[in-house]
Amino acid sequence: MSNDNPARNTKVMNRFDLTSRLIAKLKNEEAVIGGIGNTNFDLWAAGHRPQNFYMLGSMGLAFPIALGVALAQPDRRVFALEGDGSLLMQLGSLTTIATLAPKNLTMVVMDNGVYQITGAQPTPAAAVADLVAIAVASGLSNSTWAADEEGFERLIDQSMSASGPTLIGVRIDDKPGVGTTRRDPVQIRERFMHGMGVREPL
Amino acid sequence: MAVAEEKTSPETSEKSWHGIVLQTLKRNDIRLVPYVPDRVLTTLIKNLHADPFFTTFPTAREEEAVGIVSGAWMGGARGAVLMQTSGFATLANVLASLAIPYQIPLIMFVSERGTLGEFNYGQSLVCRTMRPVLDSLAMEHHTATRLDEFEFIVDRSIKQALTTQAPVALILSPLLTGGKVFDK
Repeated sequence: MSNDNPARNTKVMNRFDLTSRLIAKLKNEEAVIGGIGNTNFDLWAAGHRPQNFYMLGSMGLAFPIALGVALAQPDRRVFALEGDGSLLMQLGSLTTIATLAPKNLTMVVMDNGVYQITGAQPTPAAAVADLVAIAVASGLSNSTWAADEEGFERLIDQSMSASGPTLIGVRIDDKPGVGTTRRDPVQIRERFMHGMGVREPL
Repeated sequence: MAVAEEKTSPETSEKSWHGIVLQTLKRNDIRLVPYVPDRVLTTLIKNLHADPFFTTFPTAREEEAVGIVSGAWMGGARGAVLMQTSGFATLANVLASLAIPYQIPLIMFVSERGTLGEFNYGQSLVCRTMRPVLDSLAMEHHTATRLDEFEFIVDRSIKQALTTQAPVALILSPLLTGGKVFDK
C-alpha cells in the first residue's frame, strides 16, 4: 500500500479532546451539527449549548443538515461534525456543498477507520481511501488533514474567515464517546431553534 | 388534461399543474427547493431555476435533500423536496429518524412512476412500496389527480405541514401530469 497518503502522516488524536477544543473557541453562537453516534455523544459531553444539534439517526446527514442551516442563516458560522463511516454514506453531498459553496460552513471528519459503536469493524474505506482527497476531488478545494491538535485549531480559526466551505480531516483513536446524548428529539430540535434565534421559549 | 395543457398553456401559467406548484410555493414563502429530477418535473424544475425567488438545486440523493430542508427549516427558512417514486423509496430511514420524531414540516412532491402505463417492471414494483411506507408511519399524503382540486390540495397541505410540524407527501399522479410514456 502507498505510504504517501497524508492521512497516514497525521497524529492520531481524540474525538472528545478535539470537540472540546472546538467548543472552547465558539464565542458567536455558532451552530454545531453533531452526526449520529459517538460524534454527537462527544459534542454533548463537551458541554451542551442551545446552538448544538444532535442527530439520533439518519446516518450521513450531518453535512446536509448543516448545509441547510448555513443556507438559511448566511451570517452565522455553522460547524458540522461527522464520522468517516457516516460520510461514506453520503459522499455525493460533498459535491452539492461544493456547488453551493457556502462560506459559513466548516466540516470536520472524525476518521478512525472503524464503525466504533457497532464493534469497531473497519470501514470499506479504511485501508484504501483518503477522505480529504475525495473531498478535494468533489470540488471542496479547501480540504485538509489536521497534522495535530494545534493544526486542527489553526484550521478551525482559518475557516472562520474563509471565502468558501472548509473541510478538516482529523485522524482519531477508536475510543467511544465519553457522554450519552439525552434522546429527546423534539426537545433537541426546539432548543436548537431557540439557539438559532428562530423561536422564543414557551 | 396534460395533452391539452401542452397545447395551450405557457410554461409559467398558473393553470398548469407545475404553475400551481410554483405559485403556491411562493405564496407560502417556500424558497429552498432541492430535488432529484424526473422527466415529469422538467418544466417545474426549469421554471424554479428561472425564478430568483427560489434557491433550487439538484442533490445526489433524496435523503440528502431531506436533510438540507430540515436544517434550513430549523434555521428559519422554508423548503420543499421534489423527487420521483423510486427516490421516495430511499427515504424510510430519514422519515422515521429525522422528519417525524423531530417534528419537522417536510414537504415532498413525488412524481408518480410505476402506474397507469408504466413500462419498467421495477418502477411498478417500487411504486407499490410507497403508500404502505407512508401509511406505516401514519404520514399525511394525498394523490393529486385533478387540476381543479390541485391548488387546494397543495396550499392546504403546505399550511397543515407547517402548522402541525408534520411531514406531508403530495403524490403527482399521471392523471394530473400525463406521466412518462414509453418512447423506446
